[in-house]
Amino acid sequence: MTILSFTLILLCGAFTAGLLGSLTGLGGGVVIIPLLTLVFHVDIRYAIGTALVASIATSSGSASAYVKEGITNIRLGMFLEIATTTGAVVGALIAVYMPTNVVAIIFGLVLIFSSLMSFRKKMEIPEGEEKSRLASQLRLNNSYPTAGGVVNYDVRHVPGGYFMMTFAGVMSGLLGIGSGALKVLAMDNIMRIPFKVSTTTSNFMIGVTAAASAVVYLQRGYIAPGLCMPVVLGVLAGAFAGSKLLTRANVKWLRIVFSVVIGFLALQMIYNGITGKL
Amino acid sequence: MKQLLSKYFQDKDIQQLIGKQLRVGVIVSSIIVFVGGIIYLVRHGHEHPSYGDFTGVREGLTNLPGIWQGVLENKGMNIIQLGIVLLIATPIIRIAFSVIAFLIEKDYLYVVITLMVLGVIVYSMLGGLAG
Repeated sequence: MTILSFTLILLCGAFTAGLLGSLTGLGGGVVIIPLLTLVFHVDIRYAIGTALVASIATSSGSASAYVKEGITNIRLGMFLEIATTTGAVVGALIAVYMPTNVVAIIFGLVLIFSSLMSFRKKMEIPEGEEKSRLASQLRLNNSYPTAGGVVNYDVRHVPGGYFMMTFAGVMSGLLGIGSGALKVLAMDNIMRIPFKVSTTTSNFMIGVTAAASAVVYLQRGYIAPGLCMPVVLGVLAGAFAGSKLLTRANVKWLRIVFSVVIGFLALQMIYNGITGKL
Repeated sequence: MKQLLSKYFQDKDIQQLIGKQLRVGVIVSSIIVFVGGIIYLVRHGHEHPSYGDFTGVREGLTNLPGIWQGVLENKGMNIIQLGIVLLIATPIIRIAFSVIAFLIEKDYLYVVITLMVLGVIVYSMLGGLAG
């Protein structure tokens, strides 16, 4: 295969990943690493570098729209970015010492977790839970616009959420993914933030988190321009097309199919990791 | 009430600015990546890719002076890498913008918080963590 045909096939693959990722809300980055390693037999270290750059692209691209709408909680995002960036740097450091097959296994496990998370029911926020003093001191409580007017919300369990975010950052730095599912888990289940705010704020944070470890990976030679070029352009175009289609598509079945595909890829990553092929 | 209102509008303005900066960053860097990609494909399109064994990318692509040197020589790979660096810089520039925004709002707690995030990133850039 020549570089030209390799690039064109990769461009199509990345476009599909970006399209499905944006339609299902699972993000395009999650399939980039299995696509590169399992299909194109790219070394997982190059794949991690490429996926990181792709996640910065999609995060920044879509964050710009949500920030303008005023749904994103910028203060909350900024505060938790201390946790995610610290974690990401630690993750990038661990990555040097960790055998690539172990990285592949952890990646597979996180992937399965992420696809299961997309089926979870959106929880109602229980009333009367104790309010967090730390949250008001840090001015994290906020409001967001909905069709029915402005909705106020309070942030709970700040230390727990911060700890979970550090873990999400470590995973992001180690595996080269946005780890949006872990971020949403920290904000929804622990900090009790409305779903819409948590997804957009998590997306807002992904770019900065990924950038913190990407600067380490760049210096380490993990970021290969020949791979990043088709993947970044493809994923961005796919995500853009997805955001235009979103209102018309029946997402429910698509999400099921995509999650099954992701689960299958995850198992294969784990299998290849255990047998030492990756 | 008036004070509350003016604070609300300031917040909105900053959000607009951050949103615009992120969008411009992504668009500009994709254009640079695309241009570099065309040059790279015209020159090297017929060669064979080799990403199966990890060797790290070649020397000139891992630091800013090296990347810029290659850009001046019109190397496709380096132009792509310049676009990638700009893309990585986009959220980092957003942080720097936010420091100024919080300063204007006189929200010094968040000036400090934002500077901490910036500090972590600068440390990972310059701290010699590449190993």
